[in-house]
Amino acid sequence: MFTWMVRRLFQACFVVLAMTVIVFVGVHVIGNPVDILISPEADQAERARIIANLGLDQPLWRQYLYFLNDAVHGNLGRSFVFNEPALKLIGGRMPATLELAVTAVLFSICFGVPLGLYAGLKPDSFFGRTVMAGSILGFSLPSFWVGLMLIMVFAVQLGWLPSTGRGQTEVLFGIHWSFLTWDGLRHMFMPALNLSLFNISLVLRLTRAGVRETLPMDYIKFARAKGLSPARVIFVHVLKNIMIPVVTVVGLELGSTIAFAVVTESVFAWPGMGKLIIDSINVLDRPVIVAYLMMIVLLFITINLVVDILYTVLDPRVRLETKA
Amino acid sequence: MTDPSHAVAADAPVLPKEETPFRRFVSEFAESKLALVGLAVFSVIALLAIFASWITPQNPYDLAQLDIMDGRLPPGSKSLSGYTFILGTDDQGRDMFSGMLFGLRISLSVGVGSALFAAVVGTTLGLLAAFFGRRVDTVIMRLVDLQLSFPSILVALMILAVLGKGVMNVMLALVMVEWAYYARTVRATAMVERRREYIEAAQCLALPWRRIMFRHLLPNCLPPLIVVATQQVARAIALEATLSFLGLGVPITEPSLGLLIANGYQYMLSGKYWISFYPGLALLVTIVSINLVGDQLRDVLNPRLKK
Repeated sequence: MFTWMVRRLFQACFVVLAMTVIVFVGVHVIGNPVDILISPEADQAERARIIANLGLDQPLWRQYLYFLNDAVHGNLGRSFVFNEPALKLIGGRMPATLELAVTAVLFSICFGVPLGLYAGLKPDSFFGRTVMAGSILGFSLPSFWVGLMLIMVFAVQLGWLPSTGRGQTEVLFGIHWSFLTWDGLRHMFMPALNLSLFNISLVLRLTRAGVRETLPMDYIKFARAKGLSPARVIFVHVLKNIMIPVVTVVGLELGSTIAFAVVTESVFAWPGMGKLIIDSINVLDRPVIVAYLMMIVLLFITINLVVDILYTVLDPRVRLETKA
Repeated sequence: MTDPSHAVAADAPVLPKEETPFRRFVSEFAESKLALVGLAVFSVIALLAIFASWITPQNPYDLAQLDIMDGRLPPGSKSLSGYTFILGTDDQGRDMFSGMLFGLRISLSVGVGSALFAAVVGTTLGLLAAFFGRRVDTVIMRLVDLQLSFPSILVALMILAVLGKGVMNVMLALVMVEWAYYARTVRATAMVERRREYIEAAQCLALPWRRIMFRHLLPNCLPPLIVVATQQVARAIALEATLSFLGLGVPITEPSLGLLIANGYQYMLSGKYWISFYPGLALLVTIVSINLVGDQLRDVLNPRLKK
């Protein structure tokens, strides 16, 4: 068990290292940073001085080691556009993204579970069928398109909700949050709904499948025979059992929700780190691109590692498989 | 199979229809009216896209045919030179109907092209993993696991951030996102098929492994592969549209549906909905029709659901 964990940890470190090589080579070698960093009017001597200053005259492997050394010390360069350390810039935008992603995940439970429960209890009803058909759309439609339609209907045609931005924010623990003000909540509703559509469909299908599986079980029949009210049977006995896989999946989806926030943030001009990375790619702000990619890769590898280890600890079947 | 007289005999109307696997497949597929509608709609869309240059009233990229005075006209307006813009015009005075069909052509070719390319890469790797097992299997499946643990948008974002925009780069990104699905599907099927007698027989004949892999193993792994390929075409089209909408996809000279939608986005807030809306509708109909076909294919080709 312990050796397995060490091996898994080692693997994760290796993947992180491989990713740094890919990102470094990709961002530093393809396209010449000298052209971007040095003004075309600089004379030859000044060019040479700046190149030496930036370490660009060193062999590639040494440049990579410098890059790695800086990265470990939390220095991933300064943004060309904002002239701020890239990591600080991303850190400043992160609360907006996290706020949006967490709200989206909450939405997926608040909408997905009741709808899935209904579709599972009455699979042949018209509404149940409609919900299931709708969930296919939730899976297959590109989310930016849905976002545009939301804006078109609720912001442009009906004028109920604001279309872009974060609205008024309130400071808590030194960070600006939108969910603390009514105006902020109004701004957050559409982006969060848009971001959660995929997860709503996912949770809905999981819940429905769970209900269909659980209803014929003996303990449900027993609970009914005991004379418990239908509401108690469904909300306590059935739901409790379904929530385990649902919560697991939702937890796992938090990572991809943060990644997909890139799209939603661009549609709704939500000033999070997803919007920042798209803007940075468009103006070739390399330090920010590198910092974002490194950070999100690290985030994902950590999530995967933790999930793998938790699964092995919790589920003996997985443990046997890894040993064999 | 290659004997032409057989084909003629099977098609002759006098004889009772012999049940071939293909006929059974067609009749099972036709059981779902919705899937037939999907297939019909998709065929129409594909034809419209292929013959776009003959159907459209103007070539949307020939600047000589555009008139800036026709800019942002609502659907049904008359142009200065006389014909009607049935879906309105964009800010350059481009007929949206023409622009949409040309965009559809780019979206479809990028989607189908990358799905096919990913199928070739993924299938080969999946077959190799199943056929050789051990080390090869471990390495390939590790890569698949790694690939699938990152969300598609992130992988595409990384590749495009590093390589920059362009049709080829978008295709590459889509292939990188999709190959793992093919590899996993093919491997799972091939693992089962590999233990069958016909593979053993082929090995006894000392056929070269390439021949066994592609001529004997591959044809028997096709059904699930077709299902995955259909779903991945729809996914590729959606992802390409998303990337182009974000400004990371195809260049402005070759606008796909996603880029057309992005171009109209800024006018949507002022009520000029048609510039974004109709390309969006085309995208939606395309994706949904492919998915309808794919769902029915999955039901028909899944051996577990066989009656």
